[in-house]
Amino acid sequence: MAPTFSFPKGGVHPPEAKAYTEHLTVEPLPLPDEIDLILSQHIGAPCVPTVAKKQEIGEGALVGTVEKGLGVPLHSPVSGTVKAVGNCVHPIRVSAPAITIKVDKEAAPIVWQQSSWEHLDAQALLGKIKDGGIIGIGGAGFPTHVKLKPPADAKIDTLILNGAECEPYITADHRTMVEQTDKIVEGARILLTVLGINTCVIAIETNKPDAIGAMSEAVAARPADGMDISVAALSVKYPTGSEKQLIQAITGRKVPAMALPSAVGVVVHNVSTTKAVYDAVVLDKPLLEKVVTVSGGGIERPANLLVKVGTRISDIASFCGGVNERCERVVLGGPMMGFAVSTLAVPITKTTSSILFLREDEIDTRPLSACIRCGWCLDACPMGLEPKEAGIYVEAGRAEDTAQFGVFDCFECGSCAFVCPAKRPLVQFIRLAKMKAKRS
Amino acid sequence: MWTVFGCLVPPLLLSVFVFGVQVLFIAAVSVLSCMAVEAASQKMLGRPLTYLDGSAALTGMLLAFVIPPGVPILMPALGAVMAIYIGKHLMGGLGYNIFNPALLARAFLLATFPVAMTSAWLPPITDGAIFTYLSGIDGMTTATPLAVLKDQGMAAFIERFGEPRDIYMSFFLGWRPGCIGETSGLLVVLGGLYLMYRRYITWHIPVSVIGSIAILTWIFGGESLFGGDPLLAVLSGGALLGAFYMATCYVTSPTMRSAQLVYGVGIGALTVLIRLKGGYPEGICYAILLMNPLSPVLDTWFKPKRFAPPLRGEQ
Ligand code: SF4
Ligand code: SF4
Repeated sequence: MAPTFSFPKGGVHPPEAKAYTEHLTVEPLPLPDEIDLILSQHIGAPCVPTVAKKQEIGEGALVGTVEKGLGVPLHSPVSGTVKAVGNCVHPIRVSAPAITIKVDKEAAPIVWQQSSWEHLDAQALLGKIKDGGIIGIGGAGFPTHVKLKPPADAKIDTLILNGAECEPYITADHRTMVEQTDKIVEGARILLTVLGINTCVIAIETNKPDAIGAMSEAVAARPADGMDISVAALSVKYPTGSEKQLIQAITGRKVPAMALPSAVGVVVHNVSTTKAVYDAVVLDKPLLEKVVTVSGGGIERPANLLVKVGTRISDIASFCGGVNERCERVVLGGPMMGFAVSTLAVPITKTTSSILFLREDEIDTRPLSACIRCGWCLDACPMGLEPKEAGIYVEAGRAEDTAQFGVFDCFECGSCAFVCPAKRPLVQFIRLAKMKAKRS
Repeated sequence: MWTVFGCLVPPLLLSVFVFGVQVLFIAAVSVLSCMAVEAASQKMLGRPLTYLDGSAALTGMLLAFVIPPGVPILMPALGAVMAIYIGKHLMGGLGYNIFNPALLARAFLLATFPVAMTSAWLPPITDGAIFTYLSGIDGMTTATPLAVLKDQGMAAFIERFGEPRDIYMSFFLGWRPGCIGETSGLLVVLGGLYLMYRRYITWHIPVSVIGSIAILTWIFGGESLFGGDPLLAVLSGGALLGAFYMATCYVTSPTMRSAQLVYGVGIGALTVLIRLKGGYPEGICYAILLMNPLSPVLDTWFKPKRFAPPLRGEQ
């Protein structure tokens, strides 16, 4: 058995709960009646709509562009008619600018043509990735082409493909690795070409042996290309899929606070993003759909679905047999970092990896109390921060003095809140702290 | 909290077995009055009612563990008022109290009822073969073994209790006089190990407390340097109970593991100092109370190691 990699400090072992869906092949969701394309799918400037009400559009048509600043264009994943350019329900911000499209279910789906990419240079490849609307679909939603253009003084030597998928329940990356293996490997070769480097490590948690097996075989079976691509097994520990922890586990390097991975010569992309890069470069197909894990004890039929971006949760839930009466909470994203939604009218975005319908026994219902100073959050925090102190300061109305506890290094993984026996909302406290605290 | 409470039930049952059924009454009075005082204090101070969360019950159990089995039945009730109302709620409530409430109550009772608290020892009622010599010692109304050792020296100790090596076993298993909870070192250690296994507590505090008591007693505790008896020191005077259950109290101990080591050694050193130079053989109670207020200070000295500092010039 090859050695497994892990990060040394902190981390937790929440129940994995992946058995619901890890063996289920991805099935396409039938076209819904309507979709809502939120204009800010990514980190950066929101898209400006390029279509008007009543306009007819085809599948893959450009509907939004970014004129200034960081961003990628937005495409319509369906053929249909623009019903409104206005607002829709947004999971966090209550409502957000969006384009609502009435889906034409009769339109013939596009067949995307394969073309070779080997003759293209880095610039041309980057252009295709940007034009394809590719962003980090593992969660952060950072435009992929920006991550592929590290600062000029950074000496990049390693590309890490993140297949850790350490959040409980979610199996979207897992199924993509098992079912789209060759496309991920091809995508890795494209990314290496863009970066002008040779080394790529595909990192996967050991709880996905079939994905490790499939990826290893595909890596070994690819034609000779002079590239050094390998698969590395990660010990199961949350949050090993977080960028800094992943880089430390694989390379031993520590990304400094406030710095990007390029500072230590590494670029990280998610495996599903890599598959999307393949689509954009080889098929000229923009990012239109997303593998979403629908799971939890509150849904009749858990599944891995291929869903058009913009599909509402309600359409997904009814395809999965509906929500049963034991469902207590609907969470967009994983149980550790996701957030609860209050209405099923919320549409999914490019970064939605899962929708969880959780029963009472799957959520934490312990009552909140004062900090009892057990110190567990200090042990759990992978960044060596002091969530307990930040929480106490925020409660005492001194949020502006919390920079000393490292709140700006916090990436809101939720490990501290997970272990807290007093069930203190430590991540929410830290979010507040970040808003008010002054960077020293 | 109820898990920790559960860990204390086996030693309590043993104590009932050893000292008689009045132990059960004392424990029941202590636990129930702590919960009642918790409820009353929370009502009075307009705080949410949490008297069923196990925290007050645990304090009550620990309080019962550190008083002698022969005290009047109302004493634990008085202790409960001291522990919960004054020691906990007037100091800010759960999470804010500086001192361990059970030990604070014990110190209070000891100052108020010095006679009962230091002489209400009961002889073990079961005469195990190893213990016959103790049944001869008129009701054990005078002193615990450590007190004899301190006041009258080794010769008297041996005369009354036998060679130390013969009594390790009885101390460890529980056939000996003492406070309700200090009877059996074995059950206390087993409960403590279970709590470690369940990760309720870590090794840092118990090991540093016990280790420093053993080493310092070995060095300074005998008639000559390095002539002390570390095993006896650890098995007696409530040291194990203090190390596993009192010193590890979350609220009153430091949160950083490194700070906990310093804290534990501080408790161990003070315990030995009080035992050897001060008036109380059960010095660990005061040692812990003395170290309690240092916990927040220690926490500001020891900071977790950050993942990686920012690059120069960026912040
Ligand atoms: S949410 Fe922030 S403070 Fe809490 S464990 Fe994660 S990084 Fe540390
Ligand atoms: S885990 Fe919760 S109760 Fe324990 S120290 Fe941290 S904030 Fe306080």
